[in-house]
Amino acid sequence: MNGFGYLRPDSVHEAAEAYAAHPGARFLAGGTNLVDLLKLGVERPSTLIDIGRLPLDSVQELSDGGLRVGATVRNSDLAADPRVRDRYPALSQALLAGASAQLRNAATTGGNLLQRTRCPYFQDLDKPCNKREPGSGCGARDGVHRDHAVLGHSPQCIATHPSDMAVALAALDAQVELYSTAGTRRLPVADFYRLPGEHPERDTWIRPGELITGVRLPAATAGAPSAYRKARDRASYAFALASVAVVLRIQDGVVDQVGIAFGGLAHRPWRARHTELALLGAPATPAAFEGAVALELAHAEPLRDNAYKVPLARNLALDVLNRLAPAPAPA
Amino acid sequence: MTSAPQPGHHSEVTLRVNGKPHTLRVDHRRVLLDLLREELDLTGSKKGCDHGQCGACTVLVDGRRLNSCLLLAVALDGSEITTVEGLGGDGDEPHPLQRAFLDRDAFQCGYCTPGQLCSALGMLAEAAAGHPSHVTGPTAPSGRPVPLDRSEIRERMSGNLCRCGAYPRIVEAIEDVIP
Ligand SMILES: Cc1cc2nc3c(=O)[nH]c(=O)nc-3n(C[C@H](O)[C@H](O)[C@H](O)COP(=O)(O)OP(=O)(O)OC[C@H]3O[C@@H](n4cnc5c(N)ncnc54)[C@H](O)[C@@H]3O)c2cc1C
Ligand code: SF4
Ligand code: FES
Ligand code: FES
Repeated sequence: MNGFGYLRPDSVHEAAEAYAAHPGARFLAGGTNLVDLLKLGVERPSTLIDIGRLPLDSVQELSDGGLRVGATVRNSDLAADPRVRDRYPALSQALLAGASAQLRNAATTGGNLLQRTRCPYFQDLDKPCNKREPGSGCGARDGVHRDHAVLGHSPQCIATHPSDMAVALAALDAQVELYSTAGTRRLPVADFYRLPGEHPERDTWIRPGELITGVRLPAATAGAPSAYRKARDRASYAFALASVAVVLRIQDGVVDQVGIAFGGLAHRPWRARHTELALLGAPATPAAFEGAVALELAHAEPLRDNAYKVPLARNLALDVLNRLAPAPAPA
Repeated sequence: MTSAPQPGHHSEVTLRVNGKPHTLRVDHRRVLLDLLREELDLTGSKKGCDHGQCGACTVLVDGRRLNSCLLLAVALDGSEITTVEGLGGDGDEPHPLQRAFLDRDAFQCGYCTPGQLCSALGMLAEAAAGHPSHVTGPTAPSGRPVPLDRSEIRERMSGNLCRCGAYPRIVEAIEDVIP
């Protein structure tokens, strides 16, 4: 690991200015991903700008009934927040299904969104990887790729995004708040991440030096429960092989609100728009769910060793949809 | 800025470790685990993986359990740190949880034990503060202490691996000290 400078600004604006003055810098939040990547030599910043103590550590009510989650709220505190547990259960469940208690105590909202892929080739400087070193090739495509993408991948990169939290946020129509010396803007979480295409080195649409200041959750619709389910290689403390977050509201037996996002399948949380479109206004029956989920997964392009993800994702989605749908009245 | 811009690669930090203040000049690359072991001679905290994957390095920072292998020391200026060496307080008596680990024979090689102990104490505080886990039912009331049955203990301790497989006895030892 090379040496680096260290700055601890007092405000968001000072943090953005510090980046402008040190273009090779990285923001340090909980450090659970960045410090790991420093040790591996994947990240080699000139300077770390510590944002871990910025006053972005609260969850606030918004006037429109939504919630604003500050960028440095720790994952464990967010999962335990009574408002999140009551109104956005999929978010609390997704956070609690990720990492370990120690890691969640350190990890922040902003850092979780921007964590890098767990592709082992990305983490190994001796291996080719277009995401780490553009143009060097993709070691995983013909190598070990059991954990990799089945949707939206490119010849250049087949990595998945590892966050559980982001999958719930995508299904919940949350927005990311961004700040830079040039101004502020907001992006839906579902559109914040890129597909790898020819530029897998860019995970998201964030601009260099832009800071995530928080995440906004829209008001939860009454009677629209949500849930998250994750499949992994062991019962706890493992990344998702596949996961799903679902928001579902049914009126008079008909679906009138639905948001579905898959995790572990793609370079970004995968909003199942085909499924959603097919379900809106359709009867909330197991058969309708099955047909609608199949429409989305028909787009999957599994690799040599990860075709198992397609039925796994299907079963997870059907389980959660059927669980959230109130049982039909007995005939 | 709280810390004047530091163009160099070192900074001065003050940490309270097991109740004692230490002011040190640290390399920005220094992680807390290495600082404890190599500079403060507190070798109780162990390095299993150095990447956040095993929990052997778990310590309490301002009362919360964290993996010390992923914490840059420079970012902890002003923090209160408790390591396994500090669990018994000032006296020579072990902490009741350490006593329970002995009584239950909750280890073989002992390498993971300091991390298990610090993690378990952090875990008890989290459950008392009403923090849910992956296995807590959605209807459990928010903000009220979460009762710890075996599945709760196992899930909440999953960040601490034990290569000797002492898990059943670790769970029993923790059950012994649940208030
Ligand atoms: C063993 C292990 C298991 C894990 N298992 C899971 C799992 O099952 N599910 C899961 O979802 N995650 C898992 N994680 C990942 C963990 O959730 C992330 O490491 C964590 O959320 C990152 O947050 P952080 O605050 O520590 O980020 P940092 O490490 O501080 O930062 C990560 C990146 O984000 C940037 N950044 C941070 N905050 C901001 C901001 N506000 N604005 C702009 N840039 C910012 C940093 O510059 C850096 O590039 C695991 C990690 C480990 C080590
Ligand atoms: S899948 Fe992406 S991250 Fe993994 S080796 Fe290929 S280019 Fe790199
Ligand atoms: S040494 Fe820190 S988690 Fe393994
Ligand atoms: S007692 Fe040997 S690793 Fe746990």
